[in-house]
Amino acid sequence: METIQAILSNDIVDAVLLSILPIVFILLYALVTLYTEMKVAAHIQDRVAYMRTGWHGVLQPFADILKLLQKEDTIAANADKFLFILAPYIVFIGTYGGYAVIPFSSIYIGSNINLGAFFLIAASSLVVIGILMGGWASNNKWSIFGGMRSAAQMVSYEIPTALAVVVATMITGSLNLQDVTRFQDGGIQNWVVFGGPFPLVQRLLLLPFTLITFLILFTASLAEVNRTPFDLPEAESELVQGFNTEYSGMRFAMFYLAEYANMFLVSAVAVSFFLGGWTSPFGSFLSGPVWGIFWFIAKGMVFIFLHIWIRWTLPRLRVDQLMYTSWKVLTPFLFVCIFTVGLILVM
Amino acid sequence: MSALRKYFANIFHSLYTVIVGMKITFRHLFVPAVTIQYPSVKLKLPERARNRLYVNIDDCIGCDQCSMACPVDCITIETIKATPDQDLGVTSTGNKKRLYVPTFDIDIAKCCYCGLCVPPCPTECIVMTDVYEFSEFDRKNLVYNFSRMTPAETAVAKERARKAEEEAAAKKAAAAAAAAAKQAAPVQPKPEPPQSPPTTTQ
Amino acid sequence: MTESQVLPTTYVTQPGAIVTSSGRTLHTDEMIINMGPQHPSTHGVLRLEIVVDGEIIVDVIPHIGYLHRCFEKHAEHMTNYQQVIPYCDRMDYVASMNNDHGYAVAVERLLKIQVPERVEYIRVIMAELQRIASHLIAIGTYGIDAGAFTPFLYCFTDREKILDLFEMTCGARLLYNYIWVGGLSHDIPPRFVEQAKEFCKYFRPRIKQFNDLLTYNEIFVKRTANVGVLPKDVAINYSSSGPMLRGSGVNWDLRRDDPYSIYDRFEWEPQVGKGEVGTVGDCWDRHIVRMREMEQSVNIIEQALAKIPEGNVQAAIPKRIRPDAGEVYVRTETPRGELGYYIISDGTASPYRVKVRAPAFVNLSVLPEISHGAMIADLVLIAGSVDIVLGEVDR
Repeated sequence: METIQAILSNDIVDAVLLSILPIVFILLYALVTLYTEMKVAAHIQDRVAYMRTGWHGVLQPFADILKLLQKEDTIAANADKFLFILAPYIVFIGTYGGYAVIPFSSIYIGSNINLGAFFLIAASSLVVIGILMGGWASNNKWSIFGGMRSAAQMVSYEIPTALAVVVATMITGSLNLQDVTRFQDGGIQNWVVFGGPFPLVQRLLLLPFTLITFLILFTASLAEVNRTPFDLPEAESELVQGFNTEYSGMRFAMFYLAEYANMFLVSAVAVSFFLGGWTSPFGSFLSGPVWGIFWFIAKGMVFIFLHIWIRWTLPRLRVDQLMYTSWKVLTPFLFVCIFTVGLILVM
Repeated sequence: MSALRKYFANIFHSLYTVIVGMKITFRHLFVPAVTIQYPSVKLKLPERARNRLYVNIDDCIGCDQCSMACPVDCITIETIKATPDQDLGVTSTGNKKRLYVPTFDIDIAKCCYCGLCVPPCPTECIVMTDVYEFSEFDRKNLVYNFSRMTPAETAVAKERARKAEEEAAAKKAAAAAAAAAKQAAPVQPKPEPPQSPPTTTQ
Repeated sequence: MTESQVLPTTYVTQPGAIVTSSGRTLHTDEMIINMGPQHPSTHGVLRLEIVVDGEIIVDVIPHIGYLHRCFEKHAEHMTNYQQVIPYCDRMDYVASMNNDHGYAVAVERLLKIQVPERVEYIRVIMAELQRIASHLIAIGTYGIDAGAFTPFLYCFTDREKILDLFEMTCGARLLYNYIWVGGLSHDIPPRFVEQAKEFCKYFRPRIKQFNDLLTYNEIFVKRTANVGVLPKDVAINYSSSGPMLRGSGVNWDLRRDDPYSIYDRFEWEPQVGKGEVGTVGDCWDRHIVRMREMEQSVNIIEQALAKIPEGNVQAAIPKRIRPDAGEVYVRTETPRGELGYYIISDGTASPYRVKVRAPAFVNLSVLPEISHGAMIADLVLIAGSVDIVLGEVDR
């Protein structure tokens, strides 16, 4: 008993345990999301997806992972071997680094730094480098297209993401996600997306702008994770698989896992900043450290469902239309929002 | 419309059509699936379904119509003439069978399932069934042999046919010789008896 | 990442130059990229050699022939004219009824025979049902090219109902061998009329749903408007036909302008592109022409179902087809355009020559012309809007 306590109070062991938790979460969540995506996609298309592996196919994600694990690991002859092997890991590291500052509950946050949001946006920019590497190192012209498009897209959509986070930061007064979440404690009326815990007049003035900012953040999050309507880098009907074309087996699984992890990461950002994070929508009813985890994950999954729903509904944008959307629609709207929210807050 | 108005109208129109599309797909989430779980549930095919061929060899009179009608030449038929004293029986449609059919092969891998072999058959013995699950591991198994004659029966029939043909040829030769002899002797009070020894003519 | 093509020295204009298969030397900032025979969006085995400057296309060179199956040679060696019909099916395999129809009309004109009224009505119903089925594939796959995966499944659900109708009638779902010279292979079963009427009632709201989901979706409109504009005169000069031609504003439909069956007895209108959301002749126009043509086909089917006369569909099928020596060219309106059969008979039971003018082949030839200056993403949509079926392009 004492030895266990001694071990747990060691800082390094603590840090290691804290950082393993998100990986466990990501793995479990990826399995659930794989299944959910396929089933939701199938029912949208009036068909059923897996039915044979387990009851209604619940064991299918395991089968998928097993299949990917046992595939032959091929690297094209003229491919840049070092970059080719490194690319999936860089993408995953970029995503996983962001999980360090996400508060899953009032008692768990990987690293309680005061620069939370800043660090998050910086860390998730590593994904761009990884994708570019993957596209270039494949020695395949179609992969290059995918990589280039993806770099342009992700760099462009970092701006709306960052600006939307700035709006939320202005309202909540902190970059630390734990403080931001605590600021919205007390029920659904205190969520930033509905104006924040301010007096009525200020809240009504803020409401349209926070709603617009939230919508823009959601759109930018779709673009950050390369999902339709922004999935040009992996446009299945144009580029076969985009930068993913030459990847097979475990490396492809790594990219896939990184994509799902990224999906949850951007959803977690939107949830923490705008939808109250781990706080309960009913105020103090059903709240607490453990309930916090439940609310956080539930809200995140609502976003994931929205991601999936939109993916199977909309066609994709062309790369120049995508840039147009980012630079000429989302960013100007956000500038106006920042300006106005700032004015309202100092009123 | 000024550029600014067009810009805003564009944005609102985009959002509106996106919402309309999402409503449609959301509605479809609650529509029951149109797919069926195939191996456990199979659709019943209509009665005119054109799938695997089946030949009722007892009804086949060996007319070769199906083989000639086939555009891809997947039917191979060999027939042996039966001698008049052989009774092969009658088909179920009333036609008298006059030919043995030792070979009736259909290469179902070549068949294009067009159904052109079915209408010409006088006894309706070749039909297209509704069987569609007939994959094989070995391609040789896709050549269906419908004839039930054993090699022994085939040999016997061939022998009989050959003999009958020889006899017929001999008879013909004798009749020709008799006719030639008739011509050589112009006055013939009474006809020659028919049984003349078989002689070979040139 | 440069590649050097192995070329005979006679083609190389300077040492180290990269030359396309059409003999054009690349400038330094251009790249040859191959949208190869196996590609998710070339709708078959079509190889497009694209010369790109970044993402802007400078030149497109289509290579075809990967699906050539010697239809015309086979036709010469069949023992009679009826045996050619399964081969006709397989040219444009998504619209087989229309292929058979064209061939049957051609041989009937050669034989100078007239088919019974009932046969004409049923042929029109089948041809229009097949037109709907073929357009459903065209627009479904067009949605996939644009990135919307769901409308494709909805289109195939509808297409299943049409295929059920066909299976009920002739037994096959894709390659029917149904329209024979002089008549039909089977008469329609008793339940056909009722089920076809149910289908028509079911299908009209589905067209509207599809339009709401994809056609008027702003993202789709942005992708397809003003893309791949085919001007009127270019379309006519390149002998385009079908929705390609009508999308460019030319009001020309063979069912009305070169009549071959009883289409003049029904009330319907050929649909023409008007440039509603962009230029006349862009990809959206061709798409909306197909959507509206499906609706017109439903009109024709409903009118025909109400008026089918009685008769024997096999009364006029000749026992021996042995036309007098001569030649005939008959063109019909398939979902892809003008399908022409040029048949030369030498008086024997099998044709001397059957030449097919495939609409997809002719329409595909306009692709390099309309994709100058487009981006690669646009090329996918332009190629999709031509609606090619490689079986027909290569025969």
